[in-house]
Amino acid sequence: MVAAAGLVEREAGRLTELDSAIGDADHGANMQRGFAAVVKTLESEPPATPGAVLVTVGRQLISTVGGASGPLYGTLLRRAGKSLGEASEVTVPELQAGLRAGVESVRELGGAAPGDKTMVDALLPGVEALGTSLDAAAGAAEEGALATVPMRAQKGRASYLGERSIGHQDPGATSSALLFAALAEVAR
Amino acid sequence: MRMLINVAETVVADALRGMAAAHPELVVDVANRVIVRRDAPVAGKVALLSGGGSGHEPLHGGFVGPGMLDAACPGEVFTSPVPDQMVRAATAVDAGRGVLFVVKNYTGDVLNFRMAAELAEDEGVQVASVLVDDDVAVRDSTFTAGRRGTGATLFVEKIAGAAAEEGMPLERVEAVARKVVASSRSLGVALSACSTPAKGGPTFDLPPGELELGVGIHGEPGRERRAMMTSHEIADFAVDAILEDLRPRLPVLVLVNGMGATPLLELYGFGAEVHRVLDERGVTVARTLVGNYVTSLDMAGCSVTLCQVDEELLRLWDAPVATAGLRWGR
Repeated sequence: MVAAAGLVEREAGRLTELDSAIGDADHGANMQRGFAAVVKTLESEPPATPGAVLVTVGRQLISTVGGASGPLYGTLLRRAGKSLGEASEVTVPELQAGLRAGVESVRELGGAAPGDKTMVDALLPGVEALGTSLDAAAGAAEEGALATVPMRAQKGRASYLGERSIGHQDPGATSSALLFAALAEVAR
Repeated sequence: MRMLINVAETVVADALRGMAAAHPELVVDVANRVIVRRDAPVAGKVALLSGGGSGHEPLHGGFVGPGMLDAACPGEVFTSPVPDQMVRAATAVDAGRGVLFVVKNYTGDVLNFRMAAELAEDEGVQVASVLVDDDVAVRDSTFTAGRRGTGATLFVEKIAGAAAEEGMPLERVEAVARKVVASSRSLGVALSACSTPAKGGPTFDLPPGELELGVGIHGEPGRERRAMMTSHEIADFAVDAILEDLRPRLPVLVLVNGMGATPLLELYGFGAEVHRVLDERGVTVARTLVGNYVTSLDMAGCSVTLCQVDEELLRLWDAPVATAGLRWGR
């Protein structure tokens, strides 16, 4: 999570730039604020298990990010964390099952389907590729984010652009890919 | 980009400190970002709570006070507030008769208010919610997040606020709010892009000599871009787009709203054109409000909102109100 915060911090400018093209130019700043709060919380009261870490981080993101990203990322991580339970160590297949449950709850909350040009387009391929390796998951999520470029947005603020949303990479899918990249980086 | 700020990170907190200094009739919790009328909770009264991204002032904090909102939750610039703010505000203003959440139709606002409603109910607060979606620029709602909430938010907050002030129960206040939403339509026009403090420059590119018809309150594009038009032509376009969707048989309230960087001289002139079109189309005007009420930072341009009113809605509109941004009758 600290690695994710670092990546978000480094890439905040790019996220905001992408959001400025098809959204309202705040995704980077919002994610940065949320993850800065996450790092503080994890340092001051470190949770005991991987599941507890995800639940704590999810709750912190809901409390600090705002916009649609807060509830969506918060729900993703909280649901994944709850699904991991009390285990003190987690295998990759367990993590995959947890994240799968998390992505499912994000889809329920936001109502987005694959191809709608949202974070789901990076999350779904990322989670599926976890079966192979963490590196494969990071690669698949990145490809998923790139694949949003030709899509027409159907959800969120970019949807109001209609045809004009085509040709721009989705900021939410991009930040989702960053989280998978952070996961792979830590495992390496 | 020249802005009268310190750093982007403290823009909202700095503005809240200024609001507190200018309006002792409000309780402004700068740390938790909650604005509450000082006499809350008002015994026997349903409470009204709204909120949304900052950058639309006076919406919503400027509409907190007797006759309108009991509390407002400002988020970061153009970013919805978080559920913690809303729950804190709801518990602060609930007098035991319940709280109505006035929510504009944006994904972030909808999700955060939905979470807050659940959490507030866990704390024993009865919550009802009304979704404002008046922007006719968004037509193909199955392919988008749906119609945006814009100028009609003011009508909802004022009229439902008066209903609550009269002592109506939560379900009646909610019904009045829904009636206002169903009776209201808006269209916005941008003559320039707005600049967010975080970006430090324009959030979209609108070349000089062009305008964006059907723009949203975050500068989101709308229907089409055209070469600059006269006030006369813009009024024809905006009012006809609204009347295509809302065919009023009753008199209407008219809101001619500035987006932040258009002077009143131009807004009043535009208001005259709006009256002319309505007259030509046979629509009677009951009341007109001209000014900057639902703004988009420094965007130039305006929006028009019409709300068809029966006797009850007009009586509630005329009822006294005392807020920083809207005040009459007391």
